[in-house]
Amino acid sequence: MSVCFRPERLEEAIELLADPATGAIPIAGCTDLLVQWHSRRERPNAVLDLLGIEALRGIEERDGALEIGACTSFRTIGESERVLRHAPALAEIAGTIGAWQIQNRATIGGNIANASPAGDSLPVLLALGAELVLAGPAGERTVAYEAFHTGYRQTALEPGELIARVRIPLAGEHAFGAVHKVGTRCAQAISKVIVALGCDRPGGRLTGVRIGAGSVAPTPVRLRETEALLEGQIPDADLAERAGACAAGEVQPIDDVRSTARYRRWVLGRLVRRMVLDAAGRRVP
Amino acid sequence: MSPSAIPFRLNGQPQRYDGAPLARLLDVLREHYGLTGTKEGCGEGECGACTVLLDGEPVCSCLVPMLQVADRHVETVEGLTADARGAALVEAFVEAGGVQCGACTPGIVVSARALLERNPRPNRGQIREAIGGNLCRCTGYERILAAVQQAAAQRCAERADAAQEDSSR
Repeated sequence: MSVCFRPERLEEAIELLADPATGAIPIAGCTDLLVQWHSRRERPNAVLDLLGIEALRGIEERDGALEIGACTSFRTIGESERVLRHAPALAEIAGTIGAWQIQNRATIGGNIANASPAGDSLPVLLALGAELVLAGPAGERTVAYEAFHTGYRQTALEPGELIARVRIPLAGEHAFGAVHKVGTRCAQAISKVIVALGCDRPGGRLTGVRIGAGSVAPTPVRLRETEALLEGQIPDADLAERAGACAAGEVQPIDDVRSTARYRRWVLGRLVRRMVLDAAGRRVP
Repeated sequence: MSPSAIPFRLNGQPQRYDGAPLARLLDVLREHYGLTGTKEGCGEGECGACTVLLDGEPVCSCLVPMLQVADRHVETVEGLTADARGAALVEAFVEAGGVQCGACTPGIVVSARALLERNPRPNRGQIREAIGGNLCRCTGYERILAAVQQAAAQRCAERADAAQEDSSR
């Protein structure tokens, strides 16, 4: 029978995790892990349940950033006034992850650590310029979220480290954010394509442009060529067309059970076009 | 009973579970407690047939390991249809034709109950959101939406009647 650890303090969890003798796998909402365990008809020898650790939950404003504990559920994130005010695109996407049953259990830290290229919150975190605070035996360190996914399902987490919280810079006066997800249906759909845009719009000009996209590469990715094309520009219909074409050209999606490379490339281009039109304050034709 | 047994409440009753801590809540409900109203559909959190309430919130019981129900309250379709409100909800499903093969029905009833406790007068969009995590392959959902609307209307009418009786006394 599996050994279960249920620490209440983060320090305790890190000690247990750093001890190779325990070999415990950290768990939170289990919406990914229990599917894997059940399909393989196996259970890990030891687990470390993080849900009892108060320090890993909650949403606060600290040092110019929104800080979201790793074990905060998407239900809590989607209904948070703070998230709605400072990161509305994240609140919006939280409400599209699975449905109520999943949102009540799934956590943002779990979504990040699971590191699926289709993880719904991940492109939004890229677009919002998020950072991750990682806690390990040597203390805490902060990494830019865009440096976290190092390859297909590979992350920058060192042995013995946990994701403690996500930091998102507070939205400024001119901030603009948008996210679009395309799946088979509205609820309970894994994305065929998901893309998010974050930027400032002082005087209508796009600055600090970040675009994050999911399900179009082995990891969630920034669309750097499209970002460069938009940077400093005043959006209009022509720029929107060019940005869409650029986005479709700079990704290398694959055919899989959910969609085809060709469809993903096309839809990504159209979604980027639409977001740029939205940023221009134009009606989408 | 081992000292490591997991204490929790099941449909209001205190329980101690001393089996595998990573067993799925779904399997324990059906096989250990004999509560077979909770159905297994996909076993991966897609279909909602196994929906139960955990501290009042709907979750897929196929995705909850037993250790995480410790000190919490699990309510299944059996518990949630045992009172007058639950019975009225079930009756509304029958009357509106919201049941065909029945495999999804317990999960949808649990989701609908959670919705009505939170929002007694939901509109169509809110009902659709609440049952978004429950797949039905028979009804096309229209009669399910009608059933939930009917149950909500009936509940509001009863409340209005009760208020009228109070004021006429």
